[in-house]
Amino acid sequence: MRFSQTLESAYASKADLVLAALLAVAGIALIWLNQADGSHFTGGLLIAFAVFVTAYRINRRLAVIAVPYLWLLVFFLVPFIIVVKISLSDPAIAIPPYTPTLELSEGWTGLKSFFGDLDFENFEFLASDPLYYTAYLSSAKIAIISTAITLLVAFPIAYGMAKASEEWRPTLMMLVILPFWTSFLIRVYAWMGILGREGFLNSFLLWLGIIDDPLTMLNTNFAVYVGIVYTYLPFMILPIYATLEKLDVSLLEAAEDLGCTRTQGFWLVTLPLSMPGIIAGCFLVFIPVLGEFVIPSLLGGSDTLMIGKILYEEFFSNRDWPVASAVAVILLLILVVPIVLFQRNQQKQAEADQ
Amino acid sequence: MKKMSWFNLTSLTLGFAFLYIPMIILVIFSFNGGRNVAIWGGFSTKWYGELFHDEKFLDAAWVTLRVAFATATLSTVLGTITAYVLVRGGKFYGRTLFSGMTYAPLVMPDVILGLSLLLLFKAMFNQMGMLTIVLAHTTFAMCYVSVVVSSRLLTFDQSLEEAASDLGASAFDTFINVTLPNIAPAVISGWLLAFTLSLDDLVIASFTTGPGATTLPIEIFSEVRRGVKPQINALSTIMIAIVTVGVLIFSFSSKRRTLKRIADEQQAN
Repeated sequence: MRFSQTLESAYASKADLVLAALLAVAGIALIWLNQADGSHFTGGLLIAFAVFVTAYRINRRLAVIAVPYLWLLVFFLVPFIIVVKISLSDPAIAIPPYTPTLELSEGWTGLKSFFGDLDFENFEFLASDPLYYTAYLSSAKIAIISTAITLLVAFPIAYGMAKASEEWRPTLMMLVILPFWTSFLIRVYAWMGILGREGFLNSFLLWLGIIDDPLTMLNTNFAVYVGIVYTYLPFMILPIYATLEKLDVSLLEAAEDLGCTRTQGFWLVTLPLSMPGIIAGCFLVFIPVLGEFVIPSLLGGSDTLMIGKILYEEFFSNRDWPVASAVAVILLLILVVPIVLFQRNQQKQAEADQ
Repeated sequence: MKKMSWFNLTSLTLGFAFLYIPMIILVIFSFNGGRNVAIWGGFSTKWYGELFHDEKFLDAAWVTLRVAFATATLSTVLGTITAYVLVRGGKFYGRTLFSGMTYAPLVMPDVILGLSLLLLFKAMFNQMGMLTIVLAHTTFAMCYVSVVVSSRLLTFDQSLEEAASDLGASAFDTFINVTLPNIAPAVISGWLLAFTLSLDDLVIASFTTGPGATTLPIEIFSEVRRGVKPQINALSTIMIAIVTVGVLIFSFSSKRRTLKRIADEQQAN
C-alpha cells in the first residue's frame, strides 16, 4: 500500500518529529497571539496533534488509546465537573452569570476564597421549592408508566417478528428500524396534527359519530404518553426481538414433551429467557424518557411537569445557570443507578454471547 | 413453512399500523390545499412551493448538512478507534472509566449533555457556532459508531490479523489492509448513523449553537411550538422521503453484497 509506505519512510527519516515541532510552535503562537475567535482551540488542537505524533514514536499502543480517551475526558467528563462546580456557585448579574469564578492569577488565596465561596444554597433552594421535587416525581411517574406501556405494546410485536418466517424477518426488522432513522422531532410533530382539537383523530371520531364534541387530547399527559410510546417503541422492540430470535426452540419442545401447555411454556421458558432483552429495552426507554424535553414541550400541557423541560426553561428563560446546573446534578444522581445497572446487564449479555 | 398464528399476525399488523399511520397522515396532509390544517381541501403542492421560497429553511438545511457531514466523518474516525481499543486493546490503566464514558452518552438525557457541553464551550470559546455543534455531536455520535463497529470486530476472525502480523506486517499495515476492509460495512453504517443522529438532534444543538448556526431541527421546533404548520408538513415529507429512499438503497445494496459473497464462497468450494 503506497500510503502506508509513505508513512513508513516518513517515520524512518524522522520527518514526523520535525512536523510535530513545527505544529507545536504554530499552536503555541496561535494561543499566544489570540487574534481570532477559536484560536485557543485551533492552537490546542495543533499542540495535541504534535503530542500525539511524538507519543506514537514512544509507545504506539498508548498513543492510539489516548486519542478517543482524551476526547471523551475533555468533552464528556470535564463538562460534568463544570456542571457540579457551577451548581455550587451563586447566581450573579454578570458574564458568565455566576460567582465565584476561579482566578488562577491570584494564586493560593484565590483558590482558597474560590472553595470558600462554594455552598449548597442551590440544592437547598431545590428542596424548598415544591416545583422541583414535584417535577422529579412526576417525571419518574411518567417514565415508569410509559416504559410499562411500551413494553406491553412492544413484546407482542417482537414476538410476532421472531415467529415470522426466515425470509420475512429482515424486512420486518427494516420496518422497525426505519422510523428510528427518521427525525425524532418529526415523529413527535406528526402527533400534533393527529391529536389536536381540530386534528385528524377528532375529525375521524366525529365523522364516525362516536363523539359529539371534540376531545381535548393535545397538551395533556395522555398525548405525552402516546408520544413517548410511539417514539421509543423501536428501542424496546429491537433488544427483545434479539433475545427471542436466539431462543432455542428445542427448549420449548422439551417443555411440551414434559407436559407443559403452550401457555405454560411461554411463561416458564420463553419469558424468563427473554428477560435480558426486556431489561435492556426497559432501560433504553426509561433513562432517556426521564430527561425528555421535546415530547412534553410539544405534546404536553402547562400541567405536564417534566424535569427536562424545567431545566431547559431555567437555563434559557430564567438564565439561572447555577439552579439549572443543580437540577442537572440531581437528575444525574437519580440516573446513576439505572445507568450502572444497564451497563452491567449489557456486559453480562455480552459475556454470555461469547 | 408453518403458518403464522392469528395472534402473531394481528399483533404485527397493529404494531406496524401504529408505527406508520401517523407518518402517512403527515405525508397526506402535506398535500392539503385547504386553509385549515386539519380539513382536507383538495390536492395541492403549494406548501412545497412556499417552503422552497423560504430563505431561512434553505439556510438552516445547508447548515445542518455541513454539521452532519463533519460530525459523521469525525465521529467515524474516533468511534472506530474507540471500538478497536475496546475490543483489541487489551488491558490498560483506566479501561473501566473509558468503557463507561463510551456507554454513558448512549443513554444520558440530551438536556444534561447539552447543558454540560454549553458550560464547557462558554469557557473555551468567545462565540459558539457550527464548530461547537460539531464538537458536541461528535462526542455522542462517536459512542454510537463505537457500538456498531465493536459488534463487527467481535464477530470477525481474529486469526486473519494474526496471520498478517506473522507474515511481517506492522500493526498499522495490518489495520489498514486486513482489519479495515473487513469491518468496512460496519464503519459505513456507523457513518450513516452518526450523520442521521446529527441531522435529528434538537436539544444538544440548541444548547451549543450560536449566531448564524441555526440548524433545521431548531428552526422546525421554533415554528411548531405554537401549532401545526403546513410548510413543516411539506418539509417533514421531504425528509421522510429522503430517509426512506436512503435506507432502501442501503439495505438493498447490502443484501446484494451478502448474496454475492455467498455465491463467491460457493464457487470457491
